[in-house]
Amino acid sequence: MTPIEPSLRSSGTSMFNVEQIRSDFPILKLKIDDKQLVYLDNAASSQMPTVVMDRMLRYQTMEHANINRAVHYLSETATAEYEKSRHKLKNFINANEDREVIFTSGTTDAINLVAHGYGRKFISSGDEIILTVLEHHSNIVPWQMLAEENGVKIRVVPINDAGELLIDEYKKLFNKNTKLVGVTHVSNAIGTINPIKEMIEFAHTHGVPVLVDGAQAAPHMKIDVQELDCDFYTFSAHKLCGPTGIGILYGKANQLNRMNPFKGGGDMITSVTFEKTIYNTIPHKFEAGTPPIAAAIGFGAAIDYLSSIDLSTIEAYEQSLINYATEQINNIPGIRIIGSAAEKVAVLSFSVDGVHPHDIGTLLNQEGIAVRTGHHCAQPVMQRFKVPATTRASFSFYNSMAEIDALIAGIQKVQKVFL
Amino acid sequence: MITKSLYQEVILDHNRNPRNYGSLDNANRSAEGHNPLCGDHLNIKINLSENLIIDSITFQGESCAICKASASMMTANVKGKTQADAETMIKEFRDMTVGKLEPDDDHHLGRLTVFVGVRDLPTRVKCAILPWHTLQAALNSVTTISTEADDDPMHVSIGNAS
Ligand SMILES: Cc1ncc(COP(=O)(O)O)c(C=O)c1O
Repeated sequence: MTPIEPSLRSSGTSMFNVEQIRSDFPILKLKIDDKQLVYLDNAASSQMPTVVMDRMLRYQTMEHANINRAVHYLSETATAEYEKSRHKLKNFINANEDREVIFTSGTTDAINLVAHGYGRKFISSGDEIILTVLEHHSNIVPWQMLAEENGVKIRVVPINDAGELLIDEYKKLFNKNTKLVGVTHVSNAIGTINPIKEMIEFAHTHGVPVLVDGAQAAPHMKIDVQELDCDFYTFSAHKLCGPTGIGILYGKANQLNRMNPFKGGGDMITSVTFEKTIYNTIPHKFEAGTPPIAAAIGFGAAIDYLSSIDLSTIEAYEQSLINYATEQINNIPGIRIIGSAAEKVAVLSFSVDGVHPHDIGTLLNQEGIAVRTGHHCAQPVMQRFKVPATTRASFSFYNSMAEIDALIAGIQKVQKVFL
Repeated sequence: MITKSLYQEVILDHNRNPRNYGSLDNANRSAEGHNPLCGDHLNIKINLSENLIIDSITFQGESCAICKASASMMTANVKGKTQADAETMIKEFRDMTVGKLEPDDDHHLGRLTVFVGVRDLPTRVKCAILPWHTLQAALNSVTTISTEADDDPMHVSIGNAS
């Protein structure tokens, strides 16, 4: 095995030093029964740097009160910090305005918000929604629930053997009944980066809005919602070095304005009488109840942290990781990589001849290596590749080449056990 | 570390060369067990005699090594036993994997105690138990069971079948 050099140059002046980056993440020092932790389950959830934890601790220690409610110092501070986080997210995705960023509890919540607020209002019996085979269950099930409720038809874009969407087939699915496209920017199961810009452009020529599930894209590449021209974009903080329980839905202001609210309650109204309730304006219309304020502020700190490294640096480094991992795993006989799209993020889904993914997962765990095994909440992808499950190693910018070597050695050890 | 001992030679051997693997003509009891979380499934067929003795038993399916070895060793152990004895073993096996029975306690599990390590791996307990619950279902003339949802065997009381 000849280790290749990671691309060391960032777009700025600083060098990308993975060892230094790793020291920002205390959990990476953990030992699992004497074995050094090798965390390769980043697509499920990423780890958190100290700065983010510190930020949330500082909030709870010195800034906490409920937001949007009282005139006292703490409430004003908490509200201001919460809104600052929204502003950071707006900049992070280059939205036009802060109010286009809705805090949700995560990607799943955001998609459900669109399914209710947009779907129930504007999509009805006889209408069609286009999804893709690569969707996570969270971008399938809310639409199926809508379909069950009002007879909406779901049409599905297929993929080729590499795991790439068939764009010609996608284009053929459009007709006068098409009301929405839901597409994942990046497949969580196999890493494919979908050509969403082209897909959005095409949908718009038919006057169809597009919801992009960015849960697996936002951690790995620069997102510019204005350049993409998507109508909705969503992702979760916990995959971006932030806390669980928070995420965002970006929506174009004109879309959000014409939608129904999702949840009813405090903060999302301007006035309530038993005769008539007037909904608040966006973003508040979609933020009923007390949100996870510390988490939202932590999300902002995570965005600051990622921005300080720079997403293009992260992207380049992670590409060197996946190239190296792919090359190394291809050297092992009896391995099949599932998903070999020309454009993919640092996700390696594979199967090992004669060994069930569960056994691989358990045996790798004995080496301290954390991978995900199973269907990755994307059963249609598994069905397409005729496998019940795969083993998935998903990388982050804090992973090192040495950890890939550990994974490769672990897989070889698994093969030896099952020889 | 206990998981180290999970993939012991006896388990690997039963995975490689499963006993009683295949179909059974003239079976009078059968059941299909599913673990929808990983797509694993296995089918158990039994020939239960009139005086409730398991004359023959086979299994077939797709599963991880833990499940397959558990099924293989189970079939080898319950063959020739009465339904009541098999049900006692089902209960004991289940108790062992959830920590209610220790390998040193009195039991009828024999070498099956090699599976004790799964109790430290909650996600793998279902793999080891699936064959046993499928056996219970077959004995009770229930045709399908699943590790999830309402028919999650972890939620079903076992061993008190009439
Ligand atoms: C592509 C994709 N969409 C949606 C989700 C759901 O995200 P969350 O569980 O944070 O709502 C995930 C996370 O697993 C994902 O990978």
